[in-house]
Amino acid sequence: MFAYLIRRITVGIILLLALSLMTFVLFFATPVDPVRFACGKNCTPERRITTEKSLGYDKPTVEQWALFMKGVVAGRQFPADPELRASSPEIVVDCARPCFGYSQFNATTVNEIIKESAPISISLALVALFIWLTLGVLFGLLAAVTKGSLIDRGIVGLTLIVFAFPTFFIGTFMLKFIAIKWRLVPLPRYENFVDGVGPWLLNLLLPALTLALVYLAGYVRMTRAFVLESLSEDYIRTAKAKGLAPRKVLFKHALRAALTPLVTLVGLDFASLLGGAIITESVFSFYGLGAAAVRANRAYDLPTLIGLLLLAGSFVIFANIIVDILYAYIDPRVRLT
Amino acid sequence: MSTPFLSVEDLKVHFPTPDGVVKATDGLSFTLEKGRTLGIVGESGSGKSVSSSAILGLHRGSNAQVSGRIVLDGVDLLAISDADMRAKRGAEVAMIFQDPLSAMHPYYTVGNQIAEAYRVHNEVSKRAARTRTIEMLERVGIPQPDRRVDDYPHQFSGGMRQRAMIAMALINNPGLLIADEPTTALDVTVQAQILDLLQDLQRDFDAAVILITHDLGVVAEMSHDVLVMYGGKAVEYGEAKEMLSHPEMPYTWGLLSSVPDVKGDTSLPLVPIPGNPPSLLTPPPGCHFHPRCAHVDKVPGDLCSTEMPELTPGKRSENHLKRCHLPDAEAVFQKEIAAIIGAKAVHES
Repeated sequence: MFAYLIRRITVGIILLLALSLMTFVLFFATPVDPVRFACGKNCTPERRITTEKSLGYDKPTVEQWALFMKGVVAGRQFPADPELRASSPEIVVDCARPCFGYSQFNATTVNEIIKESAPISISLALVALFIWLTLGVLFGLLAAVTKGSLIDRGIVGLTLIVFAFPTFFIGTFMLKFIAIKWRLVPLPRYENFVDGVGPWLLNLLLPALTLALVYLAGYVRMTRAFVLESLSEDYIRTAKAKGLAPRKVLFKHALRAALTPLVTLVGLDFASLLGGAIITESVFSFYGLGAAAVRANRAYDLPTLIGLLLLAGSFVIFANIIVDILYAYIDPRVRLT
Repeated sequence: MSTPFLSVEDLKVHFPTPDGVVKATDGLSFTLEKGRTLGIVGESGSGKSVSSSAILGLHRGSNAQVSGRIVLDGVDLLAISDADMRAKRGAEVAMIFQDPLSAMHPYYTVGNQIAEAYRVHNEVSKRAARTRTIEMLERVGIPQPDRRVDDYPHQFSGGMRQRAMIAMALINNPGLLIADEPTTALDVTVQAQILDLLQDLQRDFDAAVILITHDLGVVAEMSHDVLVMYGGKAVEYGEAKEMLSHPEMPYTWGLLSSVPDVKGDTSLPLVPIPGNPPSLLTPPPGCHFHPRCAHVDKVPGDLCSTEMPELTPGKRSENHLKRCHLPDAEAVFQKEIAAIIGAKAVHES
């Protein structure tokens, strides 16, 4: 078990290294000149050189990547160019480890940006997960036990219709009608969790619901399919043959087996959501990781992009490891080796 | 004669489908006393398992149409409510299934699953149920039952899993035990052990046993009575020794001649029954077996293809029923079939 964990984490770190290197290479492979972009309208050749130096883009790509990795492990100072640091000490920024870079565009460290936007994305993902999982399993189970009936068809059909609507439509619809026109909830703006759970939840309700509706259809259908599959298993017949009540057969025997494959999906979907929900965040003007990534992308802000990508990547990789470990606890047949 | 412990009368299990009604079991009748074993034999799809599931009431809540009477210890199981049936299920009628690996829940320990069966019908503490479970595991021959009780099904071997299933079925001391191909999924060496165990326990618990199988060797060894099913109907029914030595229905002959006789003359050819089991949706007219029967020409006219024969007493005994138009089946058997079969089934019983 311990050896397994070490191996999985090692592989995860290697994957993250590859991911970051790939981002560097791809960034400089684009036809756009990021220096020209950062330099501004009146870009003289001298200014261009200074800008390039201050961004650190004058160094070879691999060296830039190595410097970035050094920052993660040991911390570093910005700008990367020692001459520039010596000539104008007033612009030097210290970035303690683990340093994910400095964004000139935002005039702050990437760590700060993450610290600002991560709670928003995480809150959003948490509340959305709660909504879609509760409703998904509930409706999926209901559809499974009423298979073929009007209820079943209604649930599956309705969630599919909702699923067919694009996120920005559902989000805008909710914002426009529920928050603005009918004033059922205040206009959503992110409130810190520590300032009170009530306002935090109330403000997250609409964006989280928007996000949850996207996933709901899939979870309803999967829960329905898994429950139906496990209901047709031999051990369900055994449970019935014991004389167990139908409720107990359904909840103790069928649902238990049906939820196991759902754990994997929940882990991965949740992890990728932690990296930011781009559309939903944009619609509701929540400045989470997704919105930050979009902004960084528009501004050719490499440091921020790298930081956010690595964060999202590590969420997915570590969620995978956690899911696998969890699986061994849920399913006694699974052995981690 | 007093009323039998179990009496099944004209049991019909029909499944309506968009293409028509599937008559999985069509007018099955038999009786069974405590301490006796009835072997039900037939090919896949002959209605064996469907009939036994009906006795357990497992078709309730599905779209199956079950009719007839299943009287167990004076109570008609088809007439009582779902809740009453549930109280009997597992307590008075228990079942052992074919594949013990898939019949046990993979996520719960063996002990948990057996104790669950006990606690449904007995209001006892968890601890008491566990003690009783360990007792039962020991009784069915699981070594170190106090430790194995916490194992998961996948940690048991196939034979041990079936032993555990038997423990689960017998924990409430049921009067009727239905064993649905209990040894089919097991190694040959383990099969014999499981059958021995079943016989032992039947004696101890004085249970009536319905043994469903397609293995005539198992039937010959275990059963007091034999019922051969074909296409949802009983085609031959009688006392095991008499029936296996003097079968009067060509389908039974076919079954017997397709079983190898390792003790006797191994040079005798194995004769498979040609063709496939009949469709239960659109069974052949007349006798369901006639398209595969080699003796149709011995019956005058085209009786076999037009009229379903009734279950009638055979030549030798009132209690040996057969469903066949052959005027003198016994003579045909002695002349043509006995030599192929050899003496095997006769001696085994």
